[in-house]
Amino acid sequence: MTETNGHANGQSNGHPQGFVGTRQIRPDGVDKVTGRARFGADFNLPGQLIGRVLRSPHAHARIVSIDTSKAEALPGVKAVITREDFADQPSEFIPAGEMMMNYKDVVRNVMAREKALYEGHAVAAVAATSTAIARRALKLIDVKYEVLPHVIDVVEAMRPDAPLLHDDLFTVGVEPKPEKPSNIAKRVEIKVGDVEAGFKKADLIVEREFKTAPVHQGYIEPHAALATVSEDGSTELWTTTQGHFIVRAHCARLLGLDMGKVRVTATEIGGGFGGKTVVYLEPLAIALSRKAKRPVKMVMSREEVFKASGPTSGATVRVKLGATRDGKFVAAFAELKYQAGAFQGSPVQPGTMCAYAPYDIEHVHVIGYDVVSNRPKVAAYRAPGAPISEYAVESVVDEIAKKLGLDPIELRMMNAAHEGTKAAYGPKFGPIGLEETLNSIKKTEHWNTPLRKWQGRGVASGFWFNIGGETSVSLTVNEDGTISLMAGTPDIGGLRAALTSVVADELGVPYEKVRPIIGDTGSLGFNFLTGGSRSAFSGSMAIVEAAKQIKNELIARACKLWEAKPDQVEFKDGAVRPLGALAEKVKPMTIAEFAKISGKLGGPIGGVGRINAQGAGPSFGTHLVDLEVDPETGRTTILRYTVAQDAGRALHPAYVEGQFQGGAVQGIGWALNEEYIYGEDGKLQNAGFLDYRMPVASDVPMIDAILVEVGNPKHPYGVRGVGETPIVPPLGAIANAMESATGIRFTELPMSPPKVLKALKEQGRNKA
Amino acid sequence: MAKHHIEATVNGDAVEFLCETEETLLDVLRDTLNLTGSKEGCASGDCGACSVMLDGRLVCSCLVLGCEVSGRKVETIEGMAKGESLHPLQQQFLKSAALQCGICTPGVLVASKALLERSPNPTETEVRYWLAGNLCRCTGYDKIVSAVMDAAATMRKG
Repeated sequence: MTETNGHANGQSNGHPQGFVGTRQIRPDGVDKVTGRARFGADFNLPGQLIGRVLRSPHAHARIVSIDTSKAEALPGVKAVITREDFADQPSEFIPAGEMMMNYKDVVRNVMAREKALYEGHAVAAVAATSTAIARRALKLIDVKYEVLPHVIDVVEAMRPDAPLLHDDLFTVGVEPKPEKPSNIAKRVEIKVGDVEAGFKKADLIVEREFKTAPVHQGYIEPHAALATVSEDGSTELWTTTQGHFIVRAHCARLLGLDMGKVRVTATEIGGGFGGKTVVYLEPLAIALSRKAKRPVKMVMSREEVFKASGPTSGATVRVKLGATRDGKFVAAFAELKYQAGAFQGSPVQPGTMCAYAPYDIEHVHVIGYDVVSNRPKVAAYRAPGAPISEYAVESVVDEIAKKLGLDPIELRMMNAAHEGTKAAYGPKFGPIGLEETLNSIKKTEHWNTPLRKWQGRGVASGFWFNIGGETSVSLTVNEDGTISLMAGTPDIGGLRAALTSVVADELGVPYEKVRPIIGDTGSLGFNFLTGGSRSAFSGSMAIVEAAKQIKNELIARACKLWEAKPDQVEFKDGAVRPLGALAEKVKPMTIAEFAKISGKLGGPIGGVGRINAQGAGPSFGTHLVDLEVDPETGRTTILRYTVAQDAGRALHPAYVEGQFQGGAVQGIGWALNEEYIYGEDGKLQNAGFLDYRMPVASDVPMIDAILVEVGNPKHPYGVRGVGETPIVPPLGAIANAMESATGIRFTELPMSPPKVLKALKEQGRNKA
Repeated sequence: MAKHHIEATVNGDAVEFLCETEETLLDVLRDTLNLTGSKEGCASGDCGACSVMLDGRLVCSCLVLGCEVSGRKVETIEGMAKGESLHPLQQQFLKSAALQCGICTPGVLVASKALLERSPNPTETEVRYWLAGNLCRCTGYDKIVSAVMDAAATMRKG
């Protein structure tokens, strides 16, 4: 079911009959339903070798020595690499999208140096003429480890006597600077007003501690890379990534290459969700190819994906929220402890900023800690950090509603951030759609249907910033008047379709006459990655810019041809049209007609949009869920689910709904089943899809999507990002529904059957 | 040990290939026959991205050995469209935006076709349980399930 609620964007794009906002067939679709589309592991080169990685069997160990001589002597082995093949990097922080990156850590994460810091940490890699030989070679590499005590849990890692991962890690953000190193990399804080004074005004204060488990992005396509380095150092790389320009930057830096000599092509990408914004195999494949002077292909197994690529943080979160008797939130406090994995850089900063962003509260204080432990280094996962802190806050908001006897939607409405609200993390919001999403949910038939015993209903809201950033696109008018669009952000879920509609509307040509491709790093200017819900937002902005150049150029050519002044013509509906008296002398000229004579009039026609997109619009959403708990097994079944989210303007409504639906189901998995399970030995016990249980089709119902459109005034079409917000509300909504079904406030994720059953047993309620 | 010499039928074509004992049908399809439409997501039969038909039965090709298909018929995603026209399921997936990244799509389509061959008018529950072996992380399954049911309706009309 789909309905469009809320306001349509006030800003018209000038083409009311256009393609933007319609459900066109994606231009890359036929390739994807026929098996033609080439993903990461589908590329091969003549003479290629197979690369494999040797990984640490220990959670924490000093690497005493690595002897590769036997592996190198094995016939068919063409290259072996270890820490010796990567120069060390200085410790400095460089912005990488929504996070900061320190190459001292990056080089150690792609290949362990002094220590192996988690089970699965890369220690060496080989390239051989076959997979079988590569596997045999790995067994011949002799690594001497000095096994060290490990620490997995975030709270344990913060203790002063915890095993130390890095002896040069001193907590940043505390005064005075600590004298001793610890596993606490950073303390961050946001503070407005005076929470102590605020809590004094509260009639009700709810304070609770929550715990969430690390979860994996769970993309179905494992990491894959194919590299070839020639004798002069020219490097080509095909890889499945959310940002090939970023991959180029990382590889050039880690391997000392000139960027201009590195050409990276983003293959089709089989899911990323933030997890494909960093490098793992790419620098290894290049290093192996450079040594072997042959192409090297590397593909991770699913076990490697789980053990060595980024999950997101597990966390411990304490929330304290105060409200007046009539429900006004007066003071809010939270303390977040996020696991970073083996190297610093958890998303605790955005976690602190998002925690209370949906609400207008005078006194807010949030503290966050970024904590390392012997787990794989976390990577971004859809609205990094936000689902964790907002889950805790939304749970407490629900509890306040219950205790004050208020409707949970009304309570949220009473405190909702709106245009003009100054967010605790800094900015004053422009037009935003939180209230509209709450209203949309309240109006649904879903909200008003009765429930039975053991069934529960929960609601929660969520927020994510969204970003813009550096973006380049090119538009080329071909000789026959068809249009080639080149974008540089990998298409992870319908981007080409959305951008093609924008090109068609901007130039007034049919959708089918526009053909989009994702260009490689040698074909287009720099593009930041597909992430931060930015690719459709920024890409469409850059297209407007490129299309303007084409339109201006065609107007200039028409003026030359017709001996007219610019004010005597206009560009409309795909043609330059004469105005006034001129219209009696000459006929309009279409883009195709200009293209046909470009050899005589002006030369090739095209435009390039190179922008640093600003004005990303925050997107708010509200989710509503019904579920049923089986008291005999503790299993939870999701019965019904509705998402309402402000898209600003949906360029392609079907793919926007898809983002809502997919994010909701990922959130269902996070809330109910998914978790990294470690043994006492510090080893991951569920590194496969059978035991790391992501939702399957029979686990979930249809996900109703309500598109709310409160236009973003800073975007020519009113677009906000939509991809990340959908994963923020489900955790809280489901926890609230669990409380409604069982009367038990679950404060630990996932709410898996054993935990639910245990809680019911404790209350003697494990019977239907 | 010497490789096995295998003769089989793939998408209606007679093929012969050499394979190691431990090579899976998926390895053979992707690496030897260059049919890369079937994907490897797990290599353990949990994700369904490698789904193919073997003598009319839906299997995960990562759980079948290459030498097991001797004398048998294999159908993959590459054989689904007939001539110039896409299968109704393929058409409906495009129309319904039932794919986002597209990595699970070949397996989902092969599995859905197998379902509709035995159950031309499936209920939503039937579709959901039949596709429970095909993981999709992008769509939340909503548009996939709708597309399968809509394609079934189209196919029933002939």
